[in-house]
Amino acid sequence: MQYLPNILFAIALIAGIGFFVINIRKLTRNIKLGKDINRTDNKSERWKNMIRIALGQSKMVRRPFSGFLHVIVYVGFIIINIEVLEIIVDGLLGTHRVFKGFLGDAFYGFLIGTFEILAALVFVAVILFWTRRNVANIKRFLSREMKGWPKNDGNFILYFEMVLMTLFLIMNAADPAFQQAGIGNPISKFIVPLFDGFSTETVHTIERTAWWIHILGILVFLNYLYYSKHLHILLAFPNTFFANLKPKGQFNNLASVTNEVKLMMDPDADPYATPAQGEEDVVPEKFGASEVTDLNWVQLLNAYTCTECGRCTSACPANLTGKKLSPRKIMMDTRDRLEEVGRNIDANGGAFKDDGKQLLNDYIKPEELWACTSCNACVEECPVNIDPLSIIIDMRRYLVMEESAAPQELNAMMTNIENNGAPWQYNQQDRLNWAKEK
Amino acid sequence: MIVPTMAEMMAQGKQPEVLFWVGAAGSYDDRAKKISRAFVKILHAANVNFAVLGTEESSTGDAAKRAGNEFLFQMQAIMNIEVLNAYEVKKIVTCDPHSFNTLKNEYPELGGKYEVFHHTQFIQNLIAERRLKIDENTLQGKRVTFHDPCYLGRANEVYESPRDLIRRLGVNLTEMKRSKRTALCCGAGGAQMFKDAEAGDKEVNVLRTEDALETKPEIIATGCPYCNTMMTDGIKFKEKETEVKVKDIAELIAEANNL
Repeated sequence: MQYLPNILFAIALIAGIGFFVINIRKLTRNIKLGKDINRTDNKSERWKNMIRIALGQSKMVRRPFSGFLHVIVYVGFIIINIEVLEIIVDGLLGTHRVFKGFLGDAFYGFLIGTFEILAALVFVAVILFWTRRNVANIKRFLSREMKGWPKNDGNFILYFEMVLMTLFLIMNAADPAFQQAGIGNPISKFIVPLFDGFSTETVHTIERTAWWIHILGILVFLNYLYYSKHLHILLAFPNTFFANLKPKGQFNNLASVTNEVKLMMDPDADPYATPAQGEEDVVPEKFGASEVTDLNWVQLLNAYTCTECGRCTSACPANLTGKKLSPRKIMMDTRDRLEEVGRNIDANGGAFKDDGKQLLNDYIKPEELWACTSCNACVEECPVNIDPLSIIIDMRRYLVMEESAAPQELNAMMTNIENNGAPWQYNQQDRLNWAKEK
Repeated sequence: MIVPTMAEMMAQGKQPEVLFWVGAAGSYDDRAKKISRAFVKILHAANVNFAVLGTEESSTGDAAKRAGNEFLFQMQAIMNIEVLNAYEVKKIVTCDPHSFNTLKNEYPELGGKYEVFHHTQFIQNLIAERRLKIDENTLQGKRVTFHDPCYLGRANEVYESPRDLIRRLGVNLTEMKRSKRTALCCGAGGAQMFKDAEAGDKEVNVLRTEDALETKPEIIATGCPYCNTMMTDGIKFKEKETEVKVKDIAELIAEANNL
């Protein structure tokens, strides 16, 4: 019976991590539904980006207030994992504060003391975050797309962190041996008086309860990630690594179009030629994107990485002037649809069964897509290098090249380019008239 | 005004130092034509041996590409590249950040590899090579604010060249609250120039003009013909056209040097 806690702990740990792994495999399967794109060139620059932007939070701190609070929570999260490691070892081996022994009192005290201060700072930061989200009337938290789950999700994370930090401090405060040692208890020592008059057993029970809820809470939180915008704490790293390195103004040249155009402009090409052997049954590639599976895997990774912070939307000129476009919504819609496609595949034994829906129209409306000025403000703003613009352009390509569904004025503009070599209806022979005028 | 064409140059067996890519706006739009002429005056003043394609120039396809018509874009690109390569063009300068971006970034993959300059970069080089000097007395002390074009700024990270030239005018350069990488679009990019805006509560160019007016400028400097049109319209909308002028940097330099 004396090993019961160890066994229970091991079961909880395996279940928690196992469930997480299952979801991560689902996540990678879904991301791989996207088209292939090579993002492994320039490895050194990619590593640098990842270290600077994801690890170093360089784009987060461009907005100093929320950036600073975020850094506190982030550092707290990273460092406190050392504490979590001790909890895991203790839990499995039935030891108590196992690191204290081999790290020595001084260093161990320094570590735990640091964690306590961070825990308190995180607690304060989280309250400020909560206030920003719920009281401060910040426009980007009140957008249309932030109703319901996205709003609740943001708050749940904050509550979770508050509870976990509190439990950590209570656990330390309710550990008389640790308190008597007087090492690393700069915050928890102020909680100790709350237990005055409690019996030794009660204090011990409080300590054990806090300890258990703390670690179980962490395991639950780990599994909450997959369902939440909080997934960014993991995906920010690959996302910044695989991000676009080319100039932001450089849009890709669709290779499928290049082949067609070259063929069209080749005077020797025979338009009535029968397809070469083996090519008869090849379904021609769709131009642009109307569904998540038409996007490439980096765009899908982007969608899972999005934290819904709305910095993109708050910088978007279309959104600032009251138009329907919100780059954040583009990313949220992409993720929602991808999740739906994933669930469809799971429910139908590994193959997607047509559900009569797609990303275009059912999630993202043409009105949103046509409001974009392609100014790259959203791309520039994203703290983790997400590229909503690439999705917008791919969907415009579908609207124009597959459906001929551009707004009327744009059709006129394109006809002019085709006929006159300019977006306006002027004669190409008049192109040099400006030089003769005064 | 003497504006030689590549065809004329070739007939004389000459190769110009640089091709001036005028662009559709610079060729046909009444306001933008003035920018083209101002830039040509600068080229002449610096004794730059240049030429244009004239009637052989066609749309780069930027607006078509950003509207989603990749077919039309690539047809334009491949036609233009054939012409440019036939004339063995190596260096291109343009006053249009959209042409600049497309020629510089999107043409190479399709076989068109050139050294491409925005006119502010090109003029900066002329000054560095001591071929051009800017008179800092004509406009001295004027309050000027610069509106970053998205396709020059964020798209290609050219923030300093235009500012460097403005400072050389001896003017008082003030920055808008949104500038450089956080600059607000003028509202014309991504083919918006050619269509009505979607329903909203304001036009983008009006919002951007408000940004500019906050700096109490006498001149709003631009580096893009489309931005120029949008800001000019914004100023008219705000009924400020008597107090505030919208000018391309090339026009300001031509004016400062009495060209």
